[in-house]
Amino acid sequence: MAKLNLNREPMPRQKPEVRAKNFNEVALGYSAEQAKAEASRCIQCPKRPCTEGCPVHVDIPDFIKAIHDGDMPEAVRILKSKNALPGICGRVCPQETQCEAVCSLAKKGAPIAIGRLERYVADWERTNTGLARSVLDPPVLTRKRVAVVGSGPAGLTVAADLAKMGHSITIFEALHVAGGVLMYGIPEFRLPKDIVQAEVEYVTSLGVELKLDWVVGKIISVDELLNNGYDAVFLGTGAGLPMFLNIPGENFNAIYSANEFLTRVNLMKAYKFPEYDTLVEIGRRVAVIGGGNVAMDSARCALRLDADEVYIVYRRSEAEMPARREEVENAKEEGIHFKLLTNPKQFLGSERNWVVGMECYEMELGEPDESGRRRPIAKPGSEFILDVDTVVVALGTTPNPLVPSTTEGLATTSRGTVVIEKTGQTTKPKVWAGGDVTTGAATVISAMGAGKVAASSIDEYLRGNVS
Amino acid sequence: MYKILLKEDLVPNIHLLKIEAPAIAAKAQPGQFVVLRVDEPGERVPMTIADWDEEEGSITIVFVEVGTTTRKLESLMAGDLITNLVGPLGLPTHIEKLGTIVCVGGCYGIASIMPIARAMNEAGNKVISVIEARSKNLLFWEDKLRSVSDQLIITTGDGSYAAKGWIPERIKELVGGGNKVDLMIAVGCTYMMMLCAETTKPFGIKTIVHLNPIMVDGTGMCGCCRVSVGGATKFACVDGPEFDGHLVDWDLLIARQGAYLSKELYSLQMWECQNWNKH
Repeated sequence: MAKLNLNREPMPRQKPEVRAKNFNEVALGYSAEQAKAEASRCIQCPKRPCTEGCPVHVDIPDFIKAIHDGDMPEAVRILKSKNALPGICGRVCPQETQCEAVCSLAKKGAPIAIGRLERYVADWERTNTGLARSVLDPPVLTRKRVAVVGSGPAGLTVAADLAKMGHSITIFEALHVAGGVLMYGIPEFRLPKDIVQAEVEYVTSLGVELKLDWVVGKIISVDELLNNGYDAVFLGTGAGLPMFLNIPGENFNAIYSANEFLTRVNLMKAYKFPEYDTLVEIGRRVAVIGGGNVAMDSARCALRLDADEVYIVYRRSEAEMPARREEVENAKEEGIHFKLLTNPKQFLGSERNWVVGMECYEMELGEPDESGRRRPIAKPGSEFILDVDTVVVALGTTPNPLVPSTTEGLATTSRGTVVIEKTGQTTKPKVWAGGDVTTGAATVISAMGAGKVAASSIDEYLRGNVS
Repeated sequence: MYKILLKEDLVPNIHLLKIEAPAIAAKAQPGQFVVLRVDEPGERVPMTIADWDEEEGSITIVFVEVGTTTRKLESLMAGDLITNLVGPLGLPTHIEKLGTIVCVGGCYGIASIMPIARAMNEAGNKVISVIEARSKNLLFWEDKLRSVSDQLIITTGDGSYAAKGWIPERIKELVGGGNKVDLMIAVGCTYMMMLCAETTKPFGIKTIVHLNPIMVDGTGMCGCCRVSVGGATKFACVDGPEFDGHLVDWDLLIARQGAYLSKELYSLQMWECQNWNKH
C-alpha cells in the first residue's frame, strides 16, 4: 500500500452554470484510474469501523481491496451480498455521517470516499453485464410466500433478501412504477431513474414478482393477503403524506407540496412537457419552504425548470439545516438563494387565486427544543413580503394512513407511524414493517437497514414454520 | 396493461370504455374512482367508476373528451390497451335507508350517479333521479337511470326533450313543491353541483357533492386535490371525493381546477398535430 494519502480523489461534476439548466446527473462518477487511486488510500485497518457504521454492514474494506486489486466481479459480489441497491446507495446515502464519519483516516484527513467507490462498483456492474451475476448461488426454495407492500428502499431490500433466502415474494406497489420515493421524490440529476430501474430489475431477477397499480388497503387488505396464501406481510409503505403549514392562503394556485411538485417533475416527467403530458406551473420567483434534502431537491428542480430566482426559506440558521452538507453546497453553487431565519406568516393571492407573495417573519433562535436544535422564535414587528409567484412546501411527510386505517390490530403512534419491535415485528401477528412508515421521513439507507432486520426476522419465523 | 373490452360513443363528445380489471371489479363500490394513465407519456387522471361487472371482471368509465388524456382515450378501440389503471380509490358513497333520495347527474355525471342511485334504490330508498343535457341528442342512459329510480326527471337546456331548463330549476320545483327529501347527491360539472347546493341550502336538505379536482397519485400522497370544506383543508382523493355541498369553498375549487388551462390546451393542440392520422 502506498504512503498515507490524506486527500481524497475529487469527484468529477458538471459545472454549476451548465448543470443548473439540465436534468442530467450532477456527479459524473470516478474513472477506473480515479477509483483505483481512491481505493489505494484505504489502510485496511483491522478494526473496520466503516462496516460497523453502515446500517446494512457492507464489508467495505473488502470491496475496496477488490477495486484496488482490479478484481471488479469480486467487488460486486462483496457489495451486493449485503446491499441489493448499491447504485442508489452510492449516490444518496449520507456516508459522511455513517461509514465515512468513522473511517480511521477521518482522524487525520479526508476519510475514504466510500460512497463514490460504492457507486463506481455499481456502475461498473451495470455497464459490464453478465460478468458479476453468476456469483449468486441459487437458494433452496421454501415454498413460503411473503407479500411486501411498497417498493421503496425498505420493500426492495426485504424482497431481495427474502428471495435470496429461498422464499417466494410478491411486491405490491401503488404507483405505476416501482421504486417509491427513489422514483417520485429524488430528482433525476441526483439519482437517474434508469439506475433505480436497473436495481429494481436486479431484485425481480432474483424471482421477486412485482404487482404495480395495487393500492393495498383499497384493492386488497392486509388480512386478505394473509388469508390468500401469504405466510407473512411486510409493510414498507413509506411516509407519503405531505405536511402543510396551515397558514392563510395555502391553497392558492402554484403552491405545491414538495411531494406534488417532485412527483410531477420526477415521476411524471413534467420537465419533458410537451413530450410528456403532465404539467407543472413554475413562475419567475420560487420560494421553497424547508431545510431538508427534499427542500434542496425542490429548489434545484425549480431552477432547472427555468425560474429566475429560487429561495430556500428556512426558519432556523444554516447550522440546523437537516439537509446533507453536499446538497446545500450544490444548491449554493447553482445559485439558489438562502433566506435563513425566515418563516412564512401567510400567502398573498391574486383575485384569480394565484399566489403573488409571501408574508414572512424574521426569526431568532432561542433555547434548544425537544429535537435538540435551538427553537426559532418570530421577531415581533419583523414582517416583510417576499415577492414570489410559486411556492413549494417541503416541511416533511408523515406515513400514509391507508394501510394502518384498514388493518385491524396494527398499532400506530400519535404521529401515525407503525409501532414495531427491534425485529420489525408489528403488533399484528405475521406482519412486519420498516422504513419511513415506522420512523417518519428518514434516509434511504436506514429504510434498507430496517428492511434487512425485518427480512432476517421474517426468515426465522418462516423457517420455524417449516417442520 | 389493461385491455379495453368495449368502446361506445354515447353522445357526441361523451364516450364509454369497458376495461378488463377483475381485481378492481371485485372491490368497486358506488362513488369510487380509478386513476388511469393511457400511455407512457400520459398523465394520471381520475375517473369515476360508472359501473362494474364482477363476473366479467370489468369496469366501465364514462368520460367527456376535453383534453389530451381524454382525447387519447377516445382514440382507443376494443382490444387496445391502456398502460395503467389503479383503484378502486376514494371513500365509497355511504349507502343507507334514509327515505327519499334525489340523485342528480349532469354531463359525465349521468353515468357516475347511476351506481349510486342503484345502490340507494336497493337499500330501500325512494330514488328520484334528475338528469340534464344541453339538448336531446346529448342525453344518454335514460333507460338505465329509469330502471334504478322510482322517478326520473329529465331536463334539457334548450327544451328539445322533456322539461326545458337546467337541474337547479328542477330541484327547486321538487323541493319547493313540498316533497320531503332526505338527501340529495349530485355528480357532474362543478358549476352545476355548486348551484344544486345553493338551491337546497335554504330548504336545509343535506346535499352531498362528488368533487372532481385535479389529482396526481390519487392515494393521498401529493395534496394536489386539496379542497376547503367547512374551513378545513381536505384531500378529495382520500377524504372524499364526496363532501357536504353546503360547506365546500366553491370559488377555490373552481380556481384550482383551472390552474393548468392554457398549458392543457397547448398540450392537446400538440397532440392533435402529431396524431392527425388517429381516429
